[in-house]
Amino acid sequence: MNAQLVNEISIFVLAVFLGFEVISKVPTILHTPLMSGSNAIHGVILVGAMVIMSEATGPLQIVVAFVAVILATVNMVGGYVVTDRMLEMFKSRNPRGGARS
Amino acid sequence: MHLAPYIVLLYLLAAVLFIVGLHQLSSPKHARSGNLVAALGALIAVGTTIALLHHSTLDLVLLVVAIAIGAPVGAVAARAVKMTAMPQMVASFNGVGGGAAALVAIVEFLRVPANSSPSLVLSISVVFAVVIGAISFAGSVIAYTKLQELMRGTPITYPGQQPVNGAVAAAIVVLGVLVVVGTLSSLGLWLLLLLALVLGVAFVLPIGGADMPVVISLLNAFTGLAVAGDGFVVGNPVLIVGGTLVGASGTFLTKMMSDAMGRSLGNLLFGAFGKIQVSEAAGPGGAKSVRSGSAEDIGTLLAYSQRVIIVPGYGLAVAQAQHVARELADALEKRGVTVDYAIHPVAGRMPGHMNVLLAEANVPYEQLKEMDEINDAFKTADVALVVGANDVVNPAARNSPGSPIYGMPILNADEAHNIVFMKRSMRPGFAGIDNELLYDPKTIMLFGDAKDSLTKLVAAVKAA
Repeated sequence: MNAQLVNEISIFVLAVFLGFEVISKVPTILHTPLMSGSNAIHGVILVGAMVIMSEATGPLQIVVAFVAVILATVNMVGGYVVTDRMLEMFKSRNPRGGARS
Repeated sequence: MHLAPYIVLLYLLAAVLFIVGLHQLSSPKHARSGNLVAALGALIAVGTTIALLHHSTLDLVLLVVAIAIGAPVGAVAARAVKMTAMPQMVASFNGVGGGAAALVAIVEFLRVPANSSPSLVLSISVVFAVVIGAISFAGSVIAYTKLQELMRGTPITYPGQQPVNGAVAAAIVVLGVLVVVGTLSSLGLWLLLLLALVLGVAFVLPIGGADMPVVISLLNAFTGLAVAGDGFVVGNPVLIVGGTLVGASGTFLTKMMSDAMGRSLGNLLFGAFGKIQVSEAAGPGGAKSVRSGSAEDIGTLLAYSQRVIIVPGYGLAVAQAQHVARELADALEKRGVTVDYAIHPVAGRMPGHMNVLLAEANVPYEQLKEMDEINDAFKTADVALVVGANDVVNPAARNSPGSPIYGMPILNADEAHNIVFMKRSMRPGFAGIDNELLYDPKTIMLFGDAKDSLTKLVAAVKAA
């Protein structure tokens, strides 16, 4: 087992505990935005897609990598934008609210 | 891949921003900035990766083209989607992420030269990422199709479903082992991808539309794990941290969601297998009678009440009636009526979905009451106004052990002095079961689209 793998496993195990700990205090009303926000975070797969794009050789690998970059970008960009739209609703209410009715 | 120290430090910064972002998402005050912090982390991770790679010109052009296709698609879809369709949107973003995770692993595996064998760690993480990513992709497609109502939302079951799914899962395990030990090469991997896609579809088909949010949350955690697997595949720490954070927090969130529905995750995922849907054949109506009233009658009833509790459900969201609901509440409050909103944890289609929709309509935060907080107040309420909700007030969850929703915590709307049900028809709710509360002598029905009915009620209250 090389040093890099040991490092990676350590990071992985620590991240598991961190993942449980960091959201344990979320109120119910934020469950939907939280799901959406964490969905955006795994959009970081774009980094992996970029790496294989640079390494791909031959038409098959290049096409698969190309598709992977598109899908990953949709996940990342769409994920953050849609979460922002949801959370926009929670901003402190301005006088605007009273004027409507 | 060997990474230069400054690259590792930048990735560490990105990972820290993900963690801070996730943490901030847990408080309403900081949630929005939390999302932006996480987005900044993603930006740093992507920027760092560009610096890290030795792209040829062709790669770089293809990369820019692919991002130039993906970014507007994601942004436009996310901007254009209606708040009611949010669950489907999250499902599809999750699905493409899972698909990307599977493809990344496949390319990395194909790169192994034919005359050499891949390391054990590489093969295991490739097989893991391909299988989990593909299940997440295919499962998300089915979840999307069900929620978008392109397909029946009810559980789809057929004879021998469980053994067949079990056989597919077993075949995946066997094939996965064969790929890992090197008996099968890339052909085995493609076959594995195919089987995992089949399992993803077969796994979500028997789950009802009402349970879909929990499934999406679970698939979200799956994608996170697949991404973490890819982190091992390409040797990239930011993928490991980002993916694992989502995998762990997503699993936890899934459990919280199924708890809110009063069901174990196992029952929810596999409950439909072999169960006979008794209530469907019985059908509503028949000998039982319902009482329906005019908007004027109900408006008068509301106007002369002391306390009204509004129970909003998915029907309200579909009709885009949250703004009119707010108008009604304002009109009632002007007459001195106390108005609260009782929010069931799974009202709408996802936990917290209804809060988002009502916040959109500028309903004051203090009027939104969670279930535990409001349930005792129904006894003293003059009217429980149920707008487009059904299953979350169905007493069958308390009284009939045979019911599919038995054990789910519900709002005690049946304890109010009067219950007004606003529904489009006598059609049963999303869970597909009849609601005895509709036939309660205290219940008055107001048929029609939620928005039209609410508009009429506002006029009636103002006239009363």
